[in-house]
Amino acid sequence: MTRKTFLTENRSVFWFLLSLGVFALIITVLADGSGNGMISTSFVKTLGRTLCLMLVAIAMDVVWGYTGILSLGHMAFFGLGGYMIGMWLMYARTEIVLTASLNAAPIPPTPEEIHDAIGSQIFGLVGSSEFPAIWYFAPSLPAQLALVVLVPGVLALVFGWLAFRSRVTGVYLSILTQAMTLALSLYLFQNDSGLRGNNGLSGLQNIPGLGDVPQSHLSIAFFWASAVALGAGYVLFAWVVSGKMGSVIRGVRDNESRVRFLGYHVESYKLFIFTLTGIVSGIAGALYYPQAGIINPNEIAPIASIYLAVWVAIGGRGRLYGAAIGAAVVSLLSSWFTGGSAPDVNLGIYTIQWTDWWLVLLGLSFVAVTLLAPKGIGGLFDLIGNRHPVPATSSTAAGPDLGARRTVEGEEEK
Amino acid sequence: MKTLLEMSGVSVSFDGFKAINNLSFQIGEPELRAIIGPNGAGKTTFMDIITGKTRPDSGTVIYGEKSISLLKMSESQIAMAGVGRKFQKPTVFEAQTVRENLAMALKNRRGPFDVLLYRKTSRGAKRIEELAETIGLTDALPRIAGELSHGQKQWLEIGMLLAQDPRLLLVDEPAAGMTPAEREHTTDLLKRAAKKHAVVVVEHDMEFIRRLDCRVTVLCEGSVLAEGSLDHVTSDPQVIEVYLGR
Repeated sequence: MTRKTFLTENRSVFWFLLSLGVFALIITVLADGSGNGMISTSFVKTLGRTLCLMLVAIAMDVVWGYTGILSLGHMAFFGLGGYMIGMWLMYARTEIVLTASLNAAPIPPTPEEIHDAIGSQIFGLVGSSEFPAIWYFAPSLPAQLALVVLVPGVLALVFGWLAFRSRVTGVYLSILTQAMTLALSLYLFQNDSGLRGNNGLSGLQNIPGLGDVPQSHLSIAFFWASAVALGAGYVLFAWVVSGKMGSVIRGVRDNESRVRFLGYHVESYKLFIFTLTGIVSGIAGALYYPQAGIINPNEIAPIASIYLAVWVAIGGRGRLYGAAIGAAVVSLLSSWFTGGSAPDVNLGIYTIQWTDWWLVLLGLSFVAVTLLAPKGIGGLFDLIGNRHPVPATSSTAAGPDLGARRTVEGEEEK
Repeated sequence: MKTLLEMSGVSVSFDGFKAINNLSFQIGEPELRAIIGPNGAGKTTFMDIITGKTRPDSGTVIYGEKSISLLKMSESQIAMAGVGRKFQKPTVFEAQTVRENLAMALKNRRGPFDVLLYRKTSRGAKRIEELAETIGLTDALPRIAGELSHGQKQWLEIGMLLAQDPRLLLVDEPAAGMTPAEREHTTDLLKRAAKKHAVVVVEHDMEFIRRLDCRVTVLCEGSVLAEGSLDHVTSDPQVIEVYLGR
């Protein structure tokens, strides 16, 4: 028997990383900033964002497809990650702009004056000029990067601990996660929440200190960062769901109480998966929003997390590449249809405009996939070769004895 | 023989129906004990209480040398303390292979991080092979458990119970759907386990109980009706009345 390693047991990791690498290279060659310019900067950004969505989708697949927790709140963690990086981006950039203009004044400004000026610049929009306490770490990039991990992580940990400890499961848990993301977005919509209410944080595409670097170069750098994060996330989750951990969490999905009677503390496992996926979602968000340029509370509205579940369902639950493909296909199609580039369909009496009808099409495909192809797009890969070549048992006996019940009926004795 | 588990004065009711009524029960280690009783006598509820699935309204359940109360522990803690259970209806993880099922049950540390960083050991693999040999599923190790026949699932679950290496084995109708030869094999396994540990077998089949050749407890309407050898309890007029007479 050949020695089994992580890669030989998880072929999809190799193929996924290979395709991702080839794809990233092709885009680099064709991109405006690094290649022959066949692909526009804005499309590179769209692709980079799509990679981040694929990352959050595989996190969703681990929590839903593998562990069986239908979380409809993971985009809250994604959004929080975006807000955390956005705070630094906005602060540092405003600081650079204001320092330059204030230094031109006859009397050089004190650090306090600069700080206050940044405050009134950022919060003037919501009728305030004071920095809220949550912006305490905003001047520091390392601190905000730590918060990208900590804020979604701690929220997932606390929420998960409360929910799983009370043994809330199934649809009730889904509703609870929806309530969490709704409450968070409603809170952030308030002007005095400290994150600029419905205006959100903007200008995030301008990276402080890299003002001279054109967006075409920044976009390809972020594209690569997203690709690396997706690849690393894929390897991480493939490792988590393989081996014994994967065995236990799939056991939790299929029969929670049986896992308990085997001595596993189910709640700890759920909490571990929920928190880990929450953290990865936060990191994905922190990479997504600098490529989007703006974040506002709409981004963590309940519908965002429902879309996430739809992507994973269409792509195929319970296999990581399925979720990634689903997120890529659906989100790219979505931007194509809603971007107005899809041609209208003239039916004579009625013209289908895809900007209006895309959601109907998405809804119908979701229903169709759920009913007709529960394995989703990822199920197509089963057509290539047998996934589980299992040797047939040589004996038909159900038990250890010759007299055991047989799976095949024997001849009746005459 | 020292007492391993002691239940006293345990009562539990569901919506006013007294499923268990002032039940007291003791089992030592090693000991083999059979429990019989008509339908609705509270046999399954009795196991649910020991394994932590159901909390009794009153009474105590004391376990082990340190006399710890099982009532304050969660299902997983009770299982880790050495109480293993085989369900009446075979419940194995149907989406996973026989090997994965056994590996999950194997006695090991059970924390999420222990499991995440768990490395397959040759000792573990050997133990799985041994167990598979015992339950006659060696050829079926790489198969998905859902593909197994009912009888094979029954055996797999017995294998999972043995893999946990529990001190107290609660076995609910192990012989259901088995051929006579398999029953014999099951009795052998249970008797062998009972040489070191405490084994409680719930069964309907009198022939099976007779072959176990052990002390029998008769449950009826949630409490103990009679206890003793099979011949003793079957000659008890009360037992004949409620159980055998009908």
